[in-house]
Amino acid sequence: MDLALTQGQEMLRRSAREFLEAECPTTLVRELEVSDIGYSSELWGRMAGLGWLGLALPVEHGGEGGNLIDQLVLAEEVGRALLPSPLLTSSILCGQLILKAGNSSQLSGFLPNLAQGKTIMSLALSEASGDFNPGQVSAVASPRDDGYAVSGAKTFVPYAVSADFFICVARNGDSQGLTLAIIEANSPRVTVTPLKSIANFSQAQVEFRDATVPRENILGVAGSGGKSLLQALEWATLVQCGEMVGRAQKILEMVVDYSKSRIQFGRPIGTFQAIQHQCADLRVAVDVAQTLTYRAACSLIEGLPCSEEIAIAKAAADEVSRLSTVTGHGIYAGISYTVEHDMQLYSARNKLAEANLGNTVYHIDRIARLMGL
Amino acid sequence: MRFQFTQEQQRFREEVSAFLRQEMSPEYETVYGTFSEEKYWFGRALARKLADRGWLTIGWPREYGGGGKTFLEQSILDEQIGYQRVQRVGITGLNFAGPAIIKFGTEEQKKRYLPPIARGDVEYCQGFTEPNAGSDLASLQMRAERDGDDYVLNGSKMFTSYYAHADYIYLLARTDPDAPKHRGISLFIVEMNAPGISTRPLPYINGEVAAQTFFDSVRIPRSSLVGEENQGWYHAMTTLDYERVGLERYARVRRTFDDFVNFCRDAASNGKSLGHSPLVRHKLAELKVGMEGWGLLCWKVAWMQSQGEVPNAEASIAFLYGTQQRLRFAQAAMEILGQRGTLTPESELAPIQGAIEGVSRESLHLHGAGTLEIHRNIIAQRGLGLPR
Repeated sequence: MDLALTQGQEMLRRSAREFLEAECPTTLVRELEVSDIGYSSELWGRMAGLGWLGLALPVEHGGEGGNLIDQLVLAEEVGRALLPSPLLTSSILCGQLILKAGNSSQLSGFLPNLAQGKTIMSLALSEASGDFNPGQVSAVASPRDDGYAVSGAKTFVPYAVSADFFICVARNGDSQGLTLAIIEANSPRVTVTPLKSIANFSQAQVEFRDATVPRENILGVAGSGGKSLLQALEWATLVQCGEMVGRAQKILEMVVDYSKSRIQFGRPIGTFQAIQHQCADLRVAVDVAQTLTYRAACSLIEGLPCSEEIAIAKAAADEVSRLSTVTGHGIYAGISYTVEHDMQLYSARNKLAEANLGNTVYHIDRIARLMGL
Repeated sequence: MRFQFTQEQQRFREEVSAFLRQEMSPEYETVYGTFSEEKYWFGRALARKLADRGWLTIGWPREYGGGGKTFLEQSILDEQIGYQRVQRVGITGLNFAGPAIIKFGTEEQKKRYLPPIARGDVEYCQGFTEPNAGSDLASLQMRAERDGDDYVLNGSKMFTSYYAHADYIYLLARTDPDAPKHRGISLFIVEMNAPGISTRPLPYINGEVAAQTFFDSVRIPRSSLVGEENQGWYHAMTTLDYERVGLERYARVRRTFDDFVNFCRDAASNGKSLGHSPLVRHKLAELKVGMEGWGLLCWKVAWMQSQGEVPNAEASIAFLYGTQQRLRFAQAAMEILGQRGTLTPESELAPIQGAIEGVSRESLHLHGAGTLEIHRNIIAQRGLGLPR
């Protein structure tokens, strides 16, 4: 047992925090909320330069060769800075999916570009119901002479307006098997319709109408993509947890600071136990979610069975996310109900993250199934 | 980062587990609320066997009869004892008095007190809380007045668990009534059969019997003082974190949780297993999140101690969260069981040996090592730096 971060990980944390505090202030977050693409391409380029986009991709494919713990350390910093970018969907989720399912020419064709931020990819999985379970997919990939044609409507596709490629999850013909098809975004058979979302988060409906996919753009074996998909989703789910933990920790620090300086009844409100105990409860929830996330990540790294641990981590991350939202607004009170106060930036991203990569209901149900219930 | 034990620790865990499985039989399992003299003395005999194997004090330094391993090994033992429902004996000596003597005792005290603890031959009880000193423990009033080479004790202590079997009481008493309250307290080890000590039994709702212990001009030699005079509060607090690790407590609850999940999965209710009910599934899955979180918080504290760190806020975090999870579990399980949950462990019809009814009583123990509010104060003030 060794629950400490390595020196390298501590260094990554420090440098990421310094960089993001300087380069991603909440004024930038606010500007990007009203931009067309929802992120800063200038900052994206600098993130690529820092090696963040390929942090946990293999060195031979242009990555940094880091592990999932490194990725979590960065995710916590990204979460606390509210950094808007396609990092999670493109570099991490699609990167891991290609890494797990792709053949050698797909690895060398896509991963270096993902690591350098030259290509943006997005996973097209959920459909109109918003159900995250891959078993609910109804889009179809039908065999054609020289490949496949994909048809279906995907509803919650992050950063779709910026994507160069989609990895579309589709049924393989009439079978239950899932096919992972890499589809060019600028095809006339693909229509992207942005969705109005919380904090103007960039997500869109993407419709594929007989979109042709050459055989070499099928990831792995057609109809057998389910397992790699699940692995990549689990990996990305833990990164999402890390981001939520980092944000909750930041909210905790903010309300503790505020409680020390805000004077009411002639004394700092932080001297009141009613305030102290809310902060203490949030600290407990942060520790629980963080420890569960790191434990699941260690199990994943060591190749131990960890699907249940991952679902547990996301359920706990959702919990701390909700708690940090109400604790933040409760302690800041009136001022945090205004748009000009930053707390609403945090609570909006909390809500997005709680719904992303499986909400609490999805993960609680998954835990129950894995418990044999 | 690594959550796995080393191979050696894993082997130790398996050995302890196999040994306890072989030694234990169902009639000696201490399911919540089932205490008896037989179980107590079975526990004492088992403690001696653990000592023979060098396991009882595996985390103590070798020179004091320990195994020279870390807090993690000691915690592995605790976890197995809890999971296998062994009646716990000797914990005040093993966890508080012993470590305090190792840290603050004289050579003579070490020679006198430590070997019997390490052999499993002795029982201690604790005398901290008083009728008027609970959460505000430092306001304790029991006096220890110097009289020549002796101290004379007057006052009373509350919630003296294990009093009936105890050879010694490990207590705090006021040696300087004029000093600020934290700075006038000293730590003593007193023989329970000293003239002037009497007890009034105080049965608990979980079936255990503790006592109120009275001290009427109890004369004790100066050599009973542990550490420095008037530094007792600080001495005691540095050894209290152990109580808050709580791996044994966790593992005991976890065993009942695991049994209950199996029960729900298998037990037919209206022709269907309870595990098919969406509400039951949902409750159990939510509880699983809490159980896993609690276990990890305990291991984190144990790991910090093994690194020589003092887990102050972390220990309170683990304790607070654990108490909440035990309560949540007991409440949910009672809701799920309905009328079957009203059967006590003595009833043959009680599901899983009546452990749910038992844990629902024990879950009202919301005050161990401080009330939940005291733990929140510690987390807020020492962990987060909020002002007093």
